[in-house]
Amino acid sequence: MTIRGKAYIAGAYEHPTRHAPDKTVAQLHAEVALGALADAGLTRADVDGYFCAGDAPGPGPASMADYLNLTLRHVDSTELGGTSYIALAAHAAAAIALGKCNVALITLAGRPRSEGVATGITPRLRDPNQPEAAFEMPYGLTTANGYAMCAMRHSHQYGTTPEQLAWIKVAASHHARHNPNAMLPDVVTVDDVLASPLIADPLHRLDCCVISDGGGALVVVRPEIAKTLRRPPVKIIGAGETVKHLSGGSFDLTTSGAARSGPAAFAEAGIAPADIKYASIYDSFTITVLMQIEDLGFCEKGQGGAFVADGNLISGVGRLPFNTDGGGLCNNHPANRGGMTKVIEAVRQLRGEAHPAVQVKTCDLALAQGTGMQLGARHCSATLIMERE
Amino acid sequence: MTMARAIPSPIVTAETQAFWDAARVGRFVIPVCTTCGKAHWYPRAICPFCDSDKIEWRAASGKAAIYTFSVMRRAKEPYAIACVTLAEGPTMMTNIVDCDFDALAIGQQVVVKFVETENGPPVPMFRPAA
Repeated sequence: MTIRGKAYIAGAYEHPTRHAPDKTVAQLHAEVALGALADAGLTRADVDGYFCAGDAPGPGPASMADYLNLTLRHVDSTELGGTSYIALAAHAAAAIALGKCNVALITLAGRPRSEGVATGITPRLRDPNQPEAAFEMPYGLTTANGYAMCAMRHSHQYGTTPEQLAWIKVAASHHARHNPNAMLPDVVTVDDVLASPLIADPLHRLDCCVISDGGGALVVVRPEIAKTLRRPPVKIIGAGETVKHLSGGSFDLTTSGAARSGPAAFAEAGIAPADIKYASIYDSFTITVLMQIEDLGFCEKGQGGAFVADGNLISGVGRLPFNTDGGGLCNNHPANRGGMTKVIEAVRQLRGEAHPAVQVKTCDLALAQGTGMQLGARHCSATLIMERE
Repeated sequence: MTMARAIPSPIVTAETQAFWDAARVGRFVIPVCTTCGKAHWYPRAICPFCDSDKIEWRAASGKAAIYTFSVMRRAKEPYAIACVTLAEGPTMMTNIVDCDFDALAIGQQVVVKFVETENGPPVPMFRPAA
């Protein structure tokens, strides 16, 4: 049993807004849903499966299904943090393969910028029933310093430098300058990154992603339907997902869950990392990208610093063009969740619809990879491999 | 050397009551499984390695080495979050206190020090070994 070739991404839509004080979260979900359906050439009445995650208002899928007035026979509100939508695209393919639905809609939206959430530098409130809460909350674990602990250990173990991490931001900025919607459209240098204020050692302000409002949506359909639509077909050929955690106190903070979800996806797709022409890699922080690149097998473990340096991630320049929309580091990070936009830019690349300045030539195989929640403690990882037909 | 950050109180549960009772009298205990012999962290009633519920609280040496750390610069009072590997095996999240942030290093030896919280039991933090 496999999802390989069982479903196609027929519609993809990214909300152009980066600041939406005049809209509600439900409204943004609806706007991206209708945008993706229009992109596919389908309508709301065609949708029989709905997929969302923790950013959807209310518990689970009910409120948005009601708001959108959907008639459904399959729902899935798997919450994996920021990578949820990469996993949900695979879940949609699995549901389609099993005959549970024909047209799957996946939505993401949120307004952390308008709501003034300083998300990265203050501890997040936790459910008191989370068993680890008492052993982490008192210590001031924030998003930024958790990822920073990974970077410190990676540097200690493998010699990764702040300059090498900065190259990831530099590459993203070279892509963002071609994106009229990007929050940070200016090209930056390694020196600019190192000169920005330290947030949590060794991460500087420019090692962190932006905080933006916005959203995105995908429509995944069965092959028979995809063949009737006018958009270039993007076939889902492999996926993997996992949770990586602290394993009872016996853990390694230099490896991400991509070390498990990646190989599973490559095995299902029947291809190797070297076959990938374009990669969307979740970039909550620069270190997030570096660890996932290693764990996916684009380079040897520990060699990520050398791999990302000197423009190797810049489209048209380096070996592994990544996040050609500018990514979370420069473009947007709607609802503090970067998984959806990772799939959307991969779809653009496979369709040949990325900005001409960053479009990868003969882009027939692409990957979207993300981690969700906290790399420095427990996180979810999802990998999705797509092929252009 | 500032230590002005208010430490949020830990939530005490049925699974961890004994840990916090010991903390209140300055004893650092860790959960050890009497079936497989392994210590684990964070404390739980079921051994994450062998699934046994025969867990015993044992006095720990309080000695550890810094596995990783990061100084949170973007905070009203900067503080050092860390993971330290206990002499008994498990690695745990904590803060490093009573230290020069710029002199901290991975591998450095540290010892436990209980630090008062807002209105709960004290929590185990670590300071550089003398």
